[in-house]
Amino acid sequence: MAIVKTERHADMPPPVTQTGVIGWMRENLFSSPLNIILTLVSIYVAWAAISSIVSYAFINANFAGETRADCTGSGACWVFIKARFGQIMYGFYPVEERWRVDVGVILAAIGLFLILSDVVKEKKWPAAYMFVFVPIACFFLFSGGYFGLETVETSQWGGLFLTLVLASVSIFVALPLGIVLALGRRSTMPVVRMLCVGFIELIRGVPLITVLFMASVMLPLFLPEGVNFDKLLRALVGMSLFSAAYMAEVVRGGLQAIGKGQTEAASSLGLGYWQSMGLIVLPQALKISIPSIVNTFIGLFKDTTLVLIIGLLDLLSIVKAGTTDKEWVGMATEGYVFVAAVFWVFCFSMSRYSVWLENKLHTGHKR
Amino acid sequence: MTTDIQGHATGDSKLRDPRIRAVIYQIIVITIIVLFAWYVAHNTIVNLDKRGIASGFGFLSQPAGFGIGIVLLMDYSSQASTHLDVLIIGIINTLAVSLAGIVFATIIGFIFGVLRLSKNWVVSKIATVYIEVVRNIPLLVQLMFWYFAVLSTMPLVGDSIKFGENVYINNRGVNFPAVIPSSGFWVIPVALLIAIVLSIGIRNWAHKRQDLTGQIFPVFLTSLGLIIILPVLAAVVMGFPFNISYPDFGRFSINGGWSLEPEFLALLFGLSIYTGAFIAEIVRSGINSVSHGQTEAAHSLGIRPSMTMRLVILPQALRVIVPPLTSQYLNLVKNSSLATAIGYADITALFAGTSLNQTGQAIECILITMLFYLAISLLISMFMNWYNKRIALVER
Repeated sequence: MAIVKTERHADMPPPVTQTGVIGWMRENLFSSPLNIILTLVSIYVAWAAISSIVSYAFINANFAGETRADCTGSGACWVFIKARFGQIMYGFYPVEERWRVDVGVILAAIGLFLILSDVVKEKKWPAAYMFVFVPIACFFLFSGGYFGLETVETSQWGGLFLTLVLASVSIFVALPLGIVLALGRRSTMPVVRMLCVGFIELIRGVPLITVLFMASVMLPLFLPEGVNFDKLLRALVGMSLFSAAYMAEVVRGGLQAIGKGQTEAASSLGLGYWQSMGLIVLPQALKISIPSIVNTFIGLFKDTTLVLIIGLLDLLSIVKAGTTDKEWVGMATEGYVFVAAVFWVFCFSMSRYSVWLENKLHTGHKR
Repeated sequence: MTTDIQGHATGDSKLRDPRIRAVIYQIIVITIIVLFAWYVAHNTIVNLDKRGIASGFGFLSQPAGFGIGIVLLMDYSSQASTHLDVLIIGIINTLAVSLAGIVFATIIGFIFGVLRLSKNWVVSKIATVYIEVVRNIPLLVQLMFWYFAVLSTMPLVGDSIKFGENVYINNRGVNFPAVIPSSGFWVIPVALLIAIVLSIGIRNWAHKRQDLTGQIFPVFLTSLGLIIILPVLAAVVMGFPFNISYPDFGRFSINGGWSLEPEFLALLFGLSIYTGAFIAEIVRSGINSVSHGQTEAAHSLGIRPSMTMRLVILPQALRVIVPPLTSQYLNLVKNSSLATAIGYADITALFAGTSLNQTGQAIECILITMLFYLAISLLISMFMNWYNKRIALVER
């Protein structure tokens, strides 16, 4: 009697060592002796780093208390940050006026959300709100002097608030200026082109500090007698000119990516230079350079810390001032770690946004 | 207004000719710029006059009269040395930290760039975390962290941390043994130079021979041997023409040996770790830009993985890597000016800082500082452009 199986045997599952978690680990972590060593070493490094960070920042840290005497743990003493939180956020802005900063920031945040997110498709009104209403409202809110609001000198501005003001005003000035410079650099008029190239390359060739020094030391010399600029405004001039040069190069990259055919087509339709730029070329060029613009803005945001050197009390410099307070000796690590964490949250979320945007704008051309 | 059949404006409207318009626009621009420059210059002269500041570069020969923390390759005394000496010291210090920073940042960047592409999940995640954390924190914050939170909190000189026999770490930096040359020391560097020249010669000869006959010569091992053996031989022949000076600890000060100041170390750490993260991203995108088919083709020809990386992938990736790498190097040099914040004596801190405050010559000091950075930027981009051309794709 022949024993022949007539029906097909059911497929066996692959061996457990080839699939699932074990298979993945064999493939990715333990494929060769070298790889095993590498894995073990890096797991050890990661474990050492994570455990020491967690024990420093959380397990052995102090959260409760008011003064230096409450710092009893071997880890971080976040009491320092807590005690100075108001200053770190607002600088020396008068305590009873701080709601004005909050209102301004909330107004700007609403505008940002409307413009950046997908919720509203028609961007005309949000843009008008963001770029016309919010700056004017914030100006009056922050500096006061009108509508019964008490005047607050810019020398009292500080902390995270000042950092945000520096970054947003600079980008607000730098973007339009950068677009003009980029158009100038591609102009057919040699004088205009040379001026723009000269400005862009000069600024890009020197460090921001020298530009800030120039703004803070040389600007007063350039102005007629009696005209006095305040320190914040001088820093803003320096930062804006500096980032305008970088913005110009980003926009130029976008302009170069738009084929010549677009301009020619616009010309053949009878559009003039500004019409063809404003209606045809720039909308496309700016759209493809948005991710790079966001990246430049991240750089600008990080660079605002340099105003410490010319004596403005931004987030970093107010924390630095706090660490030199003799009531709080030895708080340097806590202070700088906190500043680093704040900047990281802002910059990392912006860079994620830029990646998201890139994917969104890229839909048509993806392979 | 009448128009002819081509649509050209006729009669009075020469203004409609774009060429004529361009000329007019440019004249307007030049006029505005000249007027503006004149206005600024006028104000400046009036202001300088009022403050009693004489413009010009005469101050460069005046004695500086302040002390400098870190002086390399120069003699400096606060009484005798001039502002010109200060400028030169600043330039040397900037170049020293930039050069060291570029070397370390490149090494860190290439290592982490390759690690991030590793198939090993743990390794690539560690590299990713490093890159994402470091890139998103301002360099100045990192510098302050290294200087005020790490290096300044090291133990006092008396309780230095010891590494091995003769390396000490304390809040004044790192101390290690120094090599003091005595007579006849010059033979050793010369031997090293000869070894390097010989190695290059051997490399070229081996390449030529391999092209002709296919025989491979162990170039790397021979060169390494030459570079180690020749200087050692020279030292033995000359009877070790140097003394070693060990750091010697007094109660409050350290004598002998060499030391690296915490300012320098903080700046070096900050610059190389920060720029390294950016270079790592550049390296990663460069390697990713080489299509996977290249790797497969190399493997199917029987080329080993390490050789594939070195001979097939990297040469192609370098073409993508070099241009952005250049701008990172430029950034590093420019970022070294943040030294001001932690008191490292670079050109910005010394010349655009202390000298400027002492003499009040704001325009001259800042102008010279800016020109220096512009010159460096130009030099680095010229060098990298030359290198870029060398490795560029040769198309027929």
